[in-house]
Amino acid sequence: MYNAKYIIPGIIFFLALIFAPVAYNMGKGAFEVKPELPKDQKDCIEDAQTMRDKHMQILNEWRNEAVRDGNRIYVNAKGQKFVKSLTNTCMSCHTDKAKFCDRCHETVGVAPYCWDCHNLTPNQKSPIPLAQNGEAGGH
Amino acid sequence: MAAFYSLLAVLALIVIPWLGAGMGMGALFGIVLPYIAIIVFMVGFVLRIVDWAKSPVPFCIPTTGGQQKSLPWIENSPWDNPSDKKGVFMRMVFEVLTFRSLFRNTSVKLQQEGPKVGYSSEKSLWLFALIFHYCFLVILIRHLRFFLAPVPWAVHVTEFFDSILQIGLPVMYQTDALILLGLFFLFARRVFDGKVRYISLMQDYFPLLLILGIALTGIWMRYVVKVDVIAVKELAMGLVTLHPHLPKEAIDPSVYAHLTLVCALFIYFPFSKLMHMGGVFLSPTRVLPNMSRRAMWVNPWNDPSIKPHSYEAYEDDFREKMIEAGLPVDKQA
Repeated sequence: MYNAKYIIPGIIFFLALIFAPVAYNMGKGAFEVKPELPKDQKDCIEDAQTMRDKHMQILNEWRNEAVRDGNRIYVNAKGQKFVKSLTNTCMSCHTDKAKFCDRCHETVGVAPYCWDCHNLTPNQKSPIPLAQNGEAGGH
Repeated sequence: MAAFYSLLAVLALIVIPWLGAGMGMGALFGIVLPYIAIIVFMVGFVLRIVDWAKSPVPFCIPTTGGQQKSLPWIENSPWDNPSDKKGVFMRMVFEVLTFRSLFRNTSVKLQQEGPKVGYSSEKSLWLFALIFHYCFLVILIRHLRFFLAPVPWAVHVTEFFDSILQIGLPVMYQTDALILLGLFFLFARRVFDGKVRYISLMQDYFPLLLILGIALTGIWMRYVVKVDVIAVKELAMGLVTLHPHLPKEAIDPSVYAHLTLVCALFIYFPFSKLMHMGGVFLSPTRVLPNMSRRAMWVNPWNDPSIKPHSYEAYEDDFREKMIEAGLPVDKQA
């Protein structure tokens, strides 16, 4: 083999890159994700599969419809009505962001910008001052 | 026809795992195939490199893209016509990171006024190739979020910048759109430019369509069906921690289609033109310094028993015959 002093380190570097994820995960224990589900409630606004796959899409639509069209009532597949509010509806059952939302989001490296504005609990004071006149939107 | 067969092959690679996963063959496409693919990729890649490293380079053949180093008062191009290792290093850095040789691409046209050949600069290949390759790199880095737990900081930063426009939810990655743009251009160039179409074979269309298939199934999973990402990570982590298992939650069949296309890419890689990834570092036209006038280049396959034979010695051997034939000689008999 010619130029072995360049090629062998190159091949070792190439193989090291491939095995880097294996080495990184070594000794970190089994991979497990367990978001803490609310104990007093059984059903979310839609069925679990829909929520798992589409919750971000639903929240995005809620945001747009509530803020832009003032349409704050969501009717689910069963005809039940909910207020379109992350903090007041979602987080009144899923009270702890760190034990529910973050469990999955952090696992797969997702950093949603919901809580840049929204409160963590319905009881917390809003970081955004309420409008002087007209309705005070449920944050 | 070559493009059509390539398209059929890629469609087959999507449909087979899509149906197969539905028929309970998830373990085949989700566990067995990825391991086969990565082993074929590693072994094939290394063997190909070793094969190239064993091939002798008989001549000093660097591409001379500029003035070579000669007399001290003649300005030379140390990166385009390197004369030493430092120059070669810089040439390779720019070649690998900025595709400098594609930047020099020209197009030849007969000018309309008359039978005159015109050369013009043609930067689109360089631009779209650069877009495609860098998007692919960013996408590869982003995918590490499925293979590493906890997700490292660098992957978070890549994600943040790739989705900085915050369009929609799940947020759109700019690289997803840009890689499609690059791929469509590279494909259209082969299809619509007659000169390129003439030299395009199935092995040119297939990798393009394969990567296009990977990008489109990826986009489908993220923006259309919205697959269960946690289950996907469970599958990926099982593979990478060498404790493979199928996740408890069902995964959408499109995940298996995406994974199978990626496996096909890995398996195909060592046998194809995609080996330019390693091959660029072993190209004599790029990695040799242009030293042929100042240092002797010995062809490695020369027979050492054959000694150099100078012209003087040649004339000594044949002087009388040369004079007889009327050929000029340096030294008279």
